[in-house]
Amino acid sequence: MLLEVRDLHVEFHTRDGVAKAVNGVNYSVDAGETLAVLGESGSGKSVTAQAVMGILDIPPGKISAGEILFQGQDLLKLKEEERRKVRGAKMAMIFQDALSSLNPVISVGDQLGEMFQVHKGMSRKDSKAKAIELMDRVRIPAAKERVGQYPHQFSGGMRQRIMIAMALALEPELIIADEPTTALDVTVQAQVMDLLAELQRELNMGLILITHDLGVVADVADKIAVMYAGRIVEQAPVHEIYKAPAHPYTRGLLDSIPRLDQKGQELYAIKGLPPNLLAIPPGCAFNPRCPMAQDVCRTDEPPLYDVTESPVPRASACHFWKECLHG
Amino acid sequence: MPEPEPFEPLESYGEEGRAIASTGAGGASDLATAEAETLEQRPSVDAAEEAAGGPEGAGPDKKARSLWSDAWHDLRRNPVFIISGLIILFLVVISIWPSLIASGDPLDCDLSKAQEGSQPGHPFGFNGQGCDVYTRTVYGARTSVSVGVLATLGVAILGSILGGLAGFFGGAWDGFLSRITDVFFAIPVVLGGLVLLSVVTSSTVWPVIGFMVLLGWPQISRIARGSVITAKQHDYVQAARALGASNSRMMLRHITPNAVAPVIVVATIALGTYISLEATLSYLGVGLKPPTVSWGIDISSASPYIRNAPHMLLWPAGALAITVLAFIMLGDAVRDALDPKLR
Repeated sequence: MLLEVRDLHVEFHTRDGVAKAVNGVNYSVDAGETLAVLGESGSGKSVTAQAVMGILDIPPGKISAGEILFQGQDLLKLKEEERRKVRGAKMAMIFQDALSSLNPVISVGDQLGEMFQVHKGMSRKDSKAKAIELMDRVRIPAAKERVGQYPHQFSGGMRQRIMIAMALALEPELIIADEPTTALDVTVQAQVMDLLAELQRELNMGLILITHDLGVVADVADKIAVMYAGRIVEQAPVHEIYKAPAHPYTRGLLDSIPRLDQKGQELYAIKGLPPNLLAIPPGCAFNPRCPMAQDVCRTDEPPLYDVTESPVPRASACHFWKECLHG
Repeated sequence: MPEPEPFEPLESYGEEGRAIASTGAGGASDLATAEAETLEQRPSVDAAEEAAGGPEGAGPDKKARSLWSDAWHDLRRNPVFIISGLIILFLVVISIWPSLIASGDPLDCDLSKAQEGSQPGHPFGFNGQGCDVYTRTVYGARTSVSVGVLATLGVAILGSILGGLAGFFGGAWDGFLSRITDVFFAIPVVLGGLVLLSVVTSSTVWPVIGFMVLLGWPQISRIARGSVITAKQHDYVQAARALGASNSRMMLRHITPNAVAPVIVVATIALGTYISLEATLSYLGVGLKPPTVSWGIDISSASPYIRNAPHMLLWPAGALAITVLAFIMLGDAVRDALDPKLR
């Protein structure tokens, strides 16, 4: 297994108390595999990714328990300097907003070349040649002429391609993409996602795709982990989850996708708000918003049940997964 | 197995916030961020909009415009900058080569001519000791400019290093440094100068410069801290970190160029105030001491005779006023150019 996150807990110590952002997350990604992590704002999906990358702000953040095994090695036990060498070289991250993720005062060629200077100790000249090669690879036209330009001179899609090029520069084994297409136009979204998927296949990388956009997920992901209030509430292969969700929250997410055959009807929305992480409701965290909630949901926290019915394993953290799956 | 249900994503649902991370920031640093916000530069939005004019941004032949080239572009067209720049250039030239425009010796005095007014060859007249006021005014520029420039350099370097490190690393060091700056802010400058400099006997400019650096660094340190905290929160710093940049690389390459503008602005404006502070301290008798030629000393020695020989005071005072004004105007122009929000 390329990456295995085991029972990860992350807390943020704030003035108002301890916000439990991640409460026992388990997931794994293999080489060449794509895991989509799905969830609302504040569900802990980005925080988990930041913990894996080791770019969590500590303090106020704190990893209170768990293991992050990367190629069998626990990253949390590494020294910061060793950890830094892993970042960029073996795992890299693509951020949501490429404009703000690129330094406005440094030309894109220099920023791309920096990867080779930092990790490979290349000279300025060699790294510039590498930068042009990378820009070609992510299909930026006229790479040679544009290598000296600044981020604001590129369009949104081109900037995201540059971010992808930066992340892929050293051919890492794992890529974490934190909502890589959210800031882009729908047409450009598809191009960027295709490019990412293609390069992933080519380099046989593991990809963790963090998103709240179910449309992006269906085409590229192998499996999906749905997060709610810092826990994984459902984990399943991508096709099964669309066919029959085993958790009311996943069902709510799927129902709130606008569809052409629903034109004129009111769009479904999950009622209520995501829970305050300073005071997660007792029992199942989703119970105040759940249409299927019973008394037991308000008192007992559901474990992650094994709900496998086909050869591929899947899991759901709902007391009534059977009703949900077959209802 | 049936195909997965089709669906059309029409738009993204809501915004992925980082609510948790932002609640973690403390009130104190929030304040500092707000402080820096007014001076803090934005990734040049106007420039981005300009560039977005053509498809895929500008053509390859168009010269790249960064914040700095934009600022320079603005400055060259700003009359305030041109006028103050010319005055400062002139001051710098005469402080390096005063003999270019003044042939006499500022210490060559003839008591028999004391307090006499303008004469051929001595356009500004003579002072109380019979020295040529014109020569002394020209030579005084050297002291004022060197005190101003050196004190500003010292303050800017010390303040931005200490403040920058505090902002970058945060934690206990930041808390400690912030309290120290509070202590220094509480010291009244003139009173502090009277106390500290009255025990110094050296007649060089160094004790005065040292005193200004000692009292001036907290101001820059605060600004540098605030702007580093703001720059640190930018996504590209996080992105650099995620791609394996070390602390020193992040600071030097990603944070410093994006945090240095407010420091430059405040330092340029402070330069003028340091020149007038030198004159103030010299006037009070604790700054520079004769035989150093300084406008402050000359103003001080001329002030008892203002009624019968006003020229002795007005020429050095006028030179001082123009110099301070020029530096403050320059600082203003630089601030306007570096802060896109004022455009």
